[in-house]
Amino acid sequence: MTNTQSAAMKSGYAARRKAANIIIYVILSIMVIIWLFPIVWLVMRSFSGDNLIAPKNFFPTEWTFDNYINLFAVWDSEANAWVDPDPFPYGKWLLNTFIVAVCSAVISTLIILMISYAFSRLRFKTRKTFLNFGLILGMFPGFMSMAATYNIMEIFGLKQSLVGLVIVYSAGAGLGYQVSKGFFDTIPRSLDEAAKIDGATRNQIFWVIILPLSKPIIVYTALTTFLSPWADYIFVSYFMKDNQENYTVAVGLYNMLEPNYIANYFTRFCAGAVLIAVPITILFVIMQRFYVAGVTGGAVKG
Amino acid sequence: MDYLDYVQMTTGQRFVYKLKSFFMGIPGAIVKLVSIVGHFIASFFSMIANGFKGYGERFSNGDTGTKLSYVIMGAGNFVHKQIGKGLLFLAAEVAYIVYMVSFGFQYITQIYSTGVNIGGNIVNGVIGNEGPIYGQDPDGLTGDVIINSDTVDDSNKILLFFVMTVLITIAFVVVYVANTKSAYAVQQIEQSGKKPMSAMEELRSFLDERFHVTLMAIPVILLLIFTVLPIIFTIFVAFTNYDKNHQPPGNLYWWVGFENFADVFYTNKMKSETFGKILLWTIVWAFFATFSNYILGIVLALMINKKGIKFKGFWRTMFVITAAVPQFVTLLVMRILLDDKGAINSMLGTNIPFLTDMSGVWPKITVILVNMWVGIPYTMLISSGLLMNIPEDLYESARIDGANAFQQFTKITFPYIFFVTTPYLITSFVGNINNFNVIYFLTAGGPNSDSYYQAGQTDLLVTWLYKLTVNSSDYNLAAVIGLLVFVICAAGALITFNMSKASKNEEEFS
Repeated sequence: MTNTQSAAMKSGYAARRKAANIIIYVILSIMVIIWLFPIVWLVMRSFSGDNLIAPKNFFPTEWTFDNYINLFAVWDSEANAWVDPDPFPYGKWLLNTFIVAVCSAVISTLIILMISYAFSRLRFKTRKTFLNFGLILGMFPGFMSMAATYNIMEIFGLKQSLVGLVIVYSAGAGLGYQVSKGFFDTIPRSLDEAAKIDGATRNQIFWVIILPLSKPIIVYTALTTFLSPWADYIFVSYFMKDNQENYTVAVGLYNMLEPNYIANYFTRFCAGAVLIAVPITILFVIMQRFYVAGVTGGAVKG
Repeated sequence: MDYLDYVQMTTGQRFVYKLKSFFMGIPGAIVKLVSIVGHFIASFFSMIANGFKGYGERFSNGDTGTKLSYVIMGAGNFVHKQIGKGLLFLAAEVAYIVYMVSFGFQYITQIYSTGVNIGGNIVNGVIGNEGPIYGQDPDGLTGDVIINSDTVDDSNKILLFFVMTVLITIAFVVVYVANTKSAYAVQQIEQSGKKPMSAMEELRSFLDERFHVTLMAIPVILLLIFTVLPIIFTIFVAFTNYDKNHQPPGNLYWWVGFENFADVFYTNKMKSETFGKILLWTIVWAFFATFSNYILGIVLALMINKKGIKFKGFWRTMFVITAAVPQFVTLLVMRILLDDKGAINSMLGTNIPFLTDMSGVWPKITVILVNMWVGIPYTMLISSGLLMNIPEDLYESARIDGANAFQQFTKITFPYIFFVTTPYLITSFVGNINNFNVIYFLTAGGPNSDSYYQAGQTDLLVTWLYKLTVNSSDYNLAAVIGLLVFVICAAGALITFNMSKASKNEEEFS
């Protein structure tokens, strides 16, 4: 094979590869447009002055920031003052969700770390039994026992309350130990043994050796438990029933789309959705590596 | 088929084989599940039997203190001067007796009151507080129903407190056995001439040898009250007639045995037909939803990760953004967009009944398509990481042997990814059986049809369960469906477990 021949082959190959890449660029661009369309459309609607649900134009004909303001306060022209938005107190819901999310994140993180440390590092007689029970409990559909949970909360006098919501979320956290257990499993056991020889108790090992090494998983656990109340609709809607005061954002926003309200409140819904989606999206994009590791059981190193 | 046959197959054949063995494995997995449950029960009873043996041995070998602690808890510890521990055991016994006498015991008796009832109701002069007779509906009896909140029995409370009392009793038995063990242990230590642990040392052991008790006590108690208790309650409800006609307080529900299961499978024509249709659609849905996301997600990841494609981070982030926005937001937006008079139809100038087509064809296609929109970025995200893990030398040696890009994909990339993600594939199949969000937010199970019992054409088992709980208050039927979903998920989990074990043995990629 002469040099010129191989050069021609190379350039032919390069041209083919270039053509393939251009096709891929085109496909990717079309896909990105399809995938981003609903989200950009939602953002556009949230800035729209008209209250159209199905506009012919993609961009709003009239730009405004009112939808965002009206989530928190509505201008009452008769009283000449800002008043609370009546059927949908978004600010209150935001505060509710934030309180529930912070409380349940703190308690759940503690619970998950405790359980996964015990399962990962400690060996005791009932360990296997507990692990099996955890596996079995996890296979029941989450909201199958919703009605019973409601009854129990009623007995404790906590039905339709935020405290009840925090308790239910935190109690359920005991089953979400897999990811952090997987993380603890990767910390070398020789560390524990060295500390044990130096006379450290298991309690000290937990606080002084394991926890400082586990910052990423603590952050991950705290963030996931913080985020889950923002997106939970099923349980909250059943648990709070008609107690609007204690709704979280997800339930409140869903109700804005009820047939009675959608015509008047659609753009406000869009604004409310954008407002909570932005921070959650940013957090998720930052944490995507942990998410992957969680799903594939730590198989991913990259 | 043995290993040799398997290795000789092409990738496509292996794929078909795996698929076939997955579905053919389902009955086997169910049998296995039953046998595992049987084994579990058997080992449970042998554990109890062993417990009794040890219990008897400890009693016959025990001294006075140990023997006394079989009746008065903590006595053995008192005799051997472990005052604090003894007091705790005694307190547990007293607390349990007080609880049972003042509160718990009545529910144990009421659960079987008149043999078959869950409770009694005060109905003026007609039934008395004996409650309805088995199988007889109190609504059909004449007379004034007096609902007095002080005297009326609430079936819900009776069942709930019954389960609670049983759990507390189990906990007490555990403490009781621990008490006899502790008494015997301290007796043996004294007999061997050593000094028993002081209270301080005992406490300290909870930070070291018994640290797991400290760590797990609170989470386990919370789980017992708020997860285990409701699940057991719901399982019991599956065997009662707790439906919209039997709502406590004011009405009773009672045991009906396996009637609800029979209803779902064959007795009740409407319910069993609804169940059959929904089960079929659930499986069809899970199949298409899983494989469409899986294959296209991998293709997307391959395109983004292809050599020579620039701005990889940008492309990936664009798709990750759509995965990151909370699902209820994106799905509600999709519902609005795809409405009959929604933006898509108005922009295209068409009139497609995406979500409302009464024949159910359009909605079924739409939910699968929208699910692809939701799920492909996730698969892309996960398989991107896996693609980077494929050893580069595999490709190099393939190129040296003259393999083209397509061959490299079918011989290296796809088998590798398929090999690594088989467990994920099955998990996501089970996940799609339970995929509440996509269906509920898009169609809410609709379009509703008269031939379905409280359900619509796109309802999955889980959304039907939800509707039965929330809309029609048919708690018993919902509980039955929940149990069936549990069985399906458990079978799926077992298959995953078996396959991941099997694939480890194959060592295709070692």
